[in-house]
Amino acid sequence: MSALLEVEGLTTTFPAGSERVPVLRDISFQLHAGRCLALVGESGSGKSMTALSILRLVPRPGRVEAGSVRLDGRELTKLSVPDMRRVRGREVAMIFQEPMTSLNPVVSVGQQVVEAIELHEKVSQKAARERTLDLFRRVGIPDPEARFHAFPHQLSGGLKQRVMIAMALSVRPRVLLADEPTTALDVTVQAQILELLRELQAESGAAILLITHDFGVVNQLADDIAVMYAGRIVETGQRADVLRGALHPYTQGLLRALPGRAQSGERLLEIPGRMPSPKDVPAGCPFAPRCPEATPACPAWSPRFTEVGGRKVACLMRESRGELG
Amino acid sequence: MTNHRLLGLADGPLAGAAFGNVVVACLLALAFAIFWYCRKNEIWRQALGEVVSRRRFSVLVLSLYVALALADSVSWVGGSGGEADGVLSHEARSLVDRFFSGSTEKSYSAPLATAEFYDRTPLVRSRGHVLGTNILGQDVLYMTIKGAKVALLIGGLTSLIAIPLALLFGMVAGYFGGKVDDLVFFVMSTLASMPSILLLIALIMVLGQSTLSVCVALGVTSWVSFCRLARGETMKIRELDYVVAARALGASHAAILWRHVLPNLLHLVVISFVLLFSSLVLAEATLSWLGIGVSGSWGQMIAQAKDELSRDPIVWWNVTAAGVAVFVLLLAVNRIGDALRDVLDPRTLGEGR
Amino acid sequence: MVAYIVRRSFYALLVVLGVLFFLFVLFFAVTSPDDIARRAIGDKALPQVIEQWKHVHGYDRPLWPGPGHATDNLFVEHFERMLTFDLGKSDADNVPIARRIREGAGPSLLLTVPMFVFGLALSILVSLFVALFRETYIDRAGVLVSVLLMSIPMLLYIIFGQFLLSKVLRWFPLSGFDPEPAVVARFLALPVVIAVLSSLGSSVRFYRTLFVEEIYKDYVRTARAKGAGEFRILHGHVLRNALIPIMTDVVMTIPFLFTGSLLLEAAFGIPGLGSLTVDAVNANDFSTLRAMVFLGSLLFIVGQVLTDISYTLVDPRIRLQ
Repeated sequence: MSALLEVEGLTTTFPAGSERVPVLRDISFQLHAGRCLALVGESGSGKSMTALSILRLVPRPGRVEAGSVRLDGRELTKLSVPDMRRVRGREVAMIFQEPMTSLNPVVSVGQQVVEAIELHEKVSQKAARERTLDLFRRVGIPDPEARFHAFPHQLSGGLKQRVMIAMALSVRPRVLLADEPTTALDVTVQAQILELLRELQAESGAAILLITHDFGVVNQLADDIAVMYAGRIVETGQRADVLRGALHPYTQGLLRALPGRAQSGERLLEIPGRMPSPKDVPAGCPFAPRCPEATPACPAWSPRFTEVGGRKVACLMRESRGELG
Repeated sequence: MTNHRLLGLADGPLAGAAFGNVVVACLLALAFAIFWYCRKNEIWRQALGEVVSRRRFSVLVLSLYVALALADSVSWVGGSGGEADGVLSHEARSLVDRFFSGSTEKSYSAPLATAEFYDRTPLVRSRGHVLGTNILGQDVLYMTIKGAKVALLIGGLTSLIAIPLALLFGMVAGYFGGKVDDLVFFVMSTLASMPSILLLIALIMVLGQSTLSVCVALGVTSWVSFCRLARGETMKIRELDYVVAARALGASHAAILWRHVLPNLLHLVVISFVLLFSSLVLAEATLSWLGIGVSGSWGQMIAQAKDELSRDPIVWWNVTAAGVAVFVLLLAVNRIGDALRDVLDPRTLGEGR
Repeated sequence: MVAYIVRRSFYALLVVLGVLFFLFVLFFAVTSPDDIARRAIGDKALPQVIEQWKHVHGYDRPLWPGPGHATDNLFVEHFERMLTFDLGKSDADNVPIARRIREGAGPSLLLTVPMFVFGLALSILVSLFVALFRETYIDRAGVLVSVLLMSIPMLLYIIFGQFLLSKVLRWFPLSGFDPEPAVVARFLALPVVIAVLSSLGSSVRFYRTLFVEEIYKDYVRTARAKGAGEFRILHGHVLRNALIPIMTDVVMTIPFLFTGSLLLEAAFGIPGLGSLTVDAVNANDFSTLRAMVFLGSLLFIVGQVLTDISYTLVDPRIRLQ
């Protein structure tokens, strides 16, 4: 199955003093129709920036320095601005983490969804309104006619997120970038939203890039996983494989640290140290300073993937041993 | 107007000089206090250092003005040269006065000219005056430099008094709420309801025209906006988690105000001080135009000079000197204020203690 | 909503009373009627002359309420008269103040309304333009120019404006006023131009900050992700949000359209309410000054109430609680 969205060598930089510091280094992954790839990592690893870079929404003064993003073979990084605008929302849509601030506070939620439709399709006001109401029903917003005229502050977090989802899916995009869609919500609402996303994906066959730091969320929605650390992807693979037996020492550390895996009475295992900020990323393998398996050769090694049966891992130790950990 | 019943105390010649010396001493003490605080507090040291490095030129300009003002504030009696000005030698004269003594002409002279402007008689000071002389024959450069002290007095001293008072009232009102807040809010609303220029005029008409009364009037009309700001912020700070925690731990109100509320208001104090300075100098200029400003200010120089531009040939140096002086000062202050506002953004300054 | 308006208006009334009290203290207690008389007639006047003057101008009653004259005193009279808009007569020439105010309102409005309209339109356009190009040279230049414009006192604008545009270039008359519709614009043009220019700096600075702050907000990012272009974002999203604080700022200044600009009217010889005030200062005319401050305050208070009410009407977050 060929990929719907192919990201290769994506590098995004921000200025710091007189130089430019990469916050994304050589990011490569693929999204397939009907499947969900979870992009997992700590805050600051570059997950959100990846999504923004795909849509070319990196805030100034940052910019995408290198790499390619191909949607169905079309190179997005080379598109003109008007063409890129046609892609945004229509072919690749994004939903954000904080529904409270991500919706315009002085425009009704219904009107905001209508705007999303009107930006890409020539439909009458009435038709757009009808479609919005349908969308509201589909995403589970009760009493859609009344809610159409509501303002964001009048809705709960869960409802706002449903509005965001409705807005994102209004023109039936093929790729959905979901940046921590449930992080700001209650746990119970979280499950509902993820369930909704799963249903919608099954219906539309869209590809989803799910950005999250929560393995619980990964478990509920993801088909594949890509783990990010300090601006790089360190491991990819199918969800079950990775969760059952992670290859990269960082992933292993993350999974070991989950409370669910600890024995009672045991101290929770943690990865010593902290993830470096983009300015302080060391040469070679970025995880080497904290890695229990590191050797002196690691800081000198240029990170690249070792492919083992459909899974990829960027670790010198795995590369030299050529095995499944 | 000669009604100094209330505020005419400080207007004899020696009293004015003593006042100036006291002000200088206070300002130096204040500067010391600021430096000492910065040495102890890392965040402030970094922030102020950042502002200085971004606006080196403006800071330099401001320092120059301050130096000139200080030079004009240190005065003492005695020394030679007094008689040449027709002034008795027991009047206190400042460094600036002494530097420029002996250079009064009869009337106008152009910059660097060697003869009077209108009747072409030779000048008392044969080399001429760098910026010319005004209608009374006074050296324009001298008047301009003296104006620096007036401007800094109006802007700086008034703010130094108005802002701490406004801070006190605002903090107390915002923190304690209830009847105290109601009262302060009512007084604030009442004062704020009177258009400031009209209130200023009214106050000066009533209090007299001495420097002190103008400063008091300016202070009364300008403390409200900062007080409102301080009150609003204090109400927000009061609800912050660590303040609530401090209360739960039994800290006294005074301790909380001093240790938690006040440090979080300091950045507003600094920014407001700088912005207020600007608006006060501008307000005084307006008052001078109306004839009720502070004597010796640049505003007065400009007001007096407004007819000069319509003479033929025009007399331009008076108004230009004063105009440039006030413009450069305000520009420097505004630029510093902008940089302060950017650097002291609470998001970048970090939480209080 | 109605309850709010009622409450707000009642508080405004309280403030009006507070202002009247303050004015009384200032104009009758701090400066006694004797002082006012002396300033009008001269310091060396004989006591009888002073009493006579006070009698003519109505100042010869006790100041505060007391036994025997609970209502026949200046304090109560002050409140009664001001609250019924009986503004009395000028201390200087005994002309009814209300008449002067009626005569002066017209010219003041002719000056302030165009000043307001053009100033607002220009400020918003320039700020939008600068905000559109934020973080580029245009933006930096715009901010610098704004700060520059802000640092020039109005005095200098007037002097150099008159000098340059009137004397040297002869585009406008130096001063004066003629209400004939055909020529009135000529006399108002220069003051309006100067007024707009002098306030442009601080307005643009303020509005630009508002616009840029909105542009950096999350919902603008969402709009971009939907595929909206810069223009649509500016007018459909940023403006709608930024106009709320701008509008409340603006509604606040509407009452001042009436009181006129003191400096401009004095400098350009426009016989409006500003000139009236300036003349009162020069003539030591306390009663006119009192009336002007009261009028100004009243308008200010009305403006504040209108602002608060409009805020609740326009911002849906407040309207629908």
